[in-house]
Amino acid sequence: MDISPILEGFGVVLEPANLLYCLIGVIIGMLIGVLPGLGPGATIAILLPITYSIEPVSAIIMLAGIFYGAQYGGTITSVLLRLPGEASSVVTVFDGFAMAKQGRAGTALGIAAIGSFIGGTVSIIGLTLVAPVVAGFALDFGPPEYAALGILGVLLISSVGNGNKLKAIIAAGIGLLIATVGRDTFTGAERFTFGSLNLAEGIDFIPIAMGLFGLSEILYNLEERHNRVHAPAKVGNVWPSRGDLRQSGGAIGRGSVIGFVLGVLPGGGAVLSSLAAYAFEKRRAKRPERFGQGAVEGVAAPETANNAAATSSFIPLLTLGIPANATMALMFGALLIQGIQPGPQLVTEHPDVFWGVINSMYIGNILLLIMSIPMVGLFVRILRVRPAIMAPITVLITLLGAYTVRNQVYDIFLVIAFGVLGYLMKKFGFEPGPLVLAFVLGSMIESSARQGLLILGGDPVGFLTRPISGTVFALIVVVLLWPLIRGALRRKTSHRVEEKISS
Amino acid sequence: MSDPTSPPGPKSVQDGPPEPDPRAADLQEEADRLQAEMEEARPPHGGPISQVAAALVALAVGVFGAVGSYALGLGRLTQPGPGLWPFAISVVIVVLSVVLLLTGRHLRDTERFSRSSLQTAAGVLSLVGLAVLLPVIGFEIPSLLLMFVWLRLLGKESWRSSIVISFGAVAAFYVLFVLLLQIPLPRLV
Repeated sequence: MDISPILEGFGVVLEPANLLYCLIGVIIGMLIGVLPGLGPGATIAILLPITYSIEPVSAIIMLAGIFYGAQYGGTITSVLLRLPGEASSVVTVFDGFAMAKQGRAGTALGIAAIGSFIGGTVSIIGLTLVAPVVAGFALDFGPPEYAALGILGVLLISSVGNGNKLKAIIAAGIGLLIATVGRDTFTGAERFTFGSLNLAEGIDFIPIAMGLFGLSEILYNLEERHNRVHAPAKVGNVWPSRGDLRQSGGAIGRGSVIGFVLGVLPGGGAVLSSLAAYAFEKRRAKRPERFGQGAVEGVAAPETANNAAATSSFIPLLTLGIPANATMALMFGALLIQGIQPGPQLVTEHPDVFWGVINSMYIGNILLLIMSIPMVGLFVRILRVRPAIMAPITVLITLLGAYTVRNQVYDIFLVIAFGVLGYLMKKFGFEPGPLVLAFVLGSMIESSARQGLLILGGDPVGFLTRPISGTVFALIVVVLLWPLIRGALRRKTSHRVEEKISS
Repeated sequence: MSDPTSPPGPKSVQDGPPEPDPRAADLQEEADRLQAEMEEARPPHGGPISQVAAALVALAVGVFGAVGSYALGLGRLTQPGPGLWPFAISVVIVVLSVVLLLTGRHLRDTERFSRSSLQTAAGVLSLVGLAVLLPVIGFEIPSLLLMFVWLRLLGKESWRSSIVISFGAVAAFYVLFVLLLQIPLPRLV
């Protein structure tokens, strides 16, 4: 493997200005990510406009910083407030909050930072080695394959996420429909524009993401949900003792591997990996009963794994152009805004960008470790600020930020509209994630499907007979039928489970 | 509110392949329990009416999309028209919404609207107000009003701290956006 592009990438990333962007990204990512109720997705969405105005390479580097900062912000709230920012930090709460109650919150946060760093780094190394290979394999893909992959991606996110599957797929369908608004690239016809000039240009990704992920979250929280937050626990010494490190060393190592492997899977990779890593450590432990009572490994394992998984979920994004989860959908959108089309061509045609993305992740990860440990105290102080005060400030950042992207008040209205839509979706049990993801992939799926039809002479059967797209479509059928298959499996084991619950 | 029979909303944190390992099943239970506990903070679920309403809205979107895209022209498979793809999606939405309408009546993942939902409504109104006023009188006064409304009326902060924080925050925004980042926000003068 030719490593000179990798090294050149480092040269770019290590320029002082870019390091500064990355640092700013980490800090503001943590600042917003630590706000209760705002998970990594919301954080990245709210901060999208900041990256809009700077040049692509710096913007990507800053995004990597924001990405890691936002992830860690969610960890802080899990440990201190018992409020996981997203599903992949849910398991951290068991032992993290227990440790916080014993006055060891600092240790929990410290070990989480170290674990995240190691897990992330292992995963990036894996990414460095694996991504070019996968991308090379994917180079032969034609439009039918991309159409199939896009549909599979949308289905996986919808069916692996939280909540009702049917509602998730409906939400995804609406996202695909919203993606068609504007001028049709093939025929030039205006679709669903109602004569509006603004709509003719299509709906921009930024206001959708900011509204559905950011503003909707704030509006939802306005309903007194988080007003009775626990007071954050006291954070003492952040540096874990040597004993803690020895105890969690193995957990971090195994968590890295579990996270990397499971994170590549589309769908709930990060969630699954944090659960698996926790379960694995509990099974290996000499005294499993310590888990849930404040075991250091119980924090180290899932935090390492979810960061490793969050990082390795960049593999399908960068090599196939398929985001593996809602947060990746945001990164996908953010890269598109910078004029970067993630996909197999990226590594061959724009190696500088490809390695720039990956190398900025190394840097983001290192800066996270450097910043998080000394700055934990500051973030705890932010948690003491009442949500009632943080909410309007976040709202103002969101709305004014949306305006700054194109200097149009129209964008503010769009953010508000999608914020209200997201709020109503949550109230009615629809997840906004699949909608945003489907929106991001929408135009790609449509144009690939149409080009595919042209290539295949208008014969849709051709999608099924080409080996790769046929395989992908077979997977799609499996995913669609999965609830039925699993239902059948569950019925067999349900007796056992019921006994366990009643005992 | 802690109705033990109703674990509303996202029930399982993880929905990957089922883990054969019994300990993993325990873990899944633990995660579920935690999730359920956090869900307790949610308002009671909305009942069948809201489920039906949600399905009907989705259905309406699907029908609207289908009619609109049909009007655009479907074309043929060899030469797809602009309406073909949106038509296909709309049909999927319609079918799934009908299934949801028929099978989803007893789901418990909706949330009832309560008095506190009025807070959200008021919040949205204040946002619209900001967007309307922004191009007319610049960002300073609308931002100030928005901060004040959210702090005093929605956040029930004291008069004093509401006023102090509003002015402080807008001043900070001014310094950050206008003086440091030099972003062309519409301004008062």
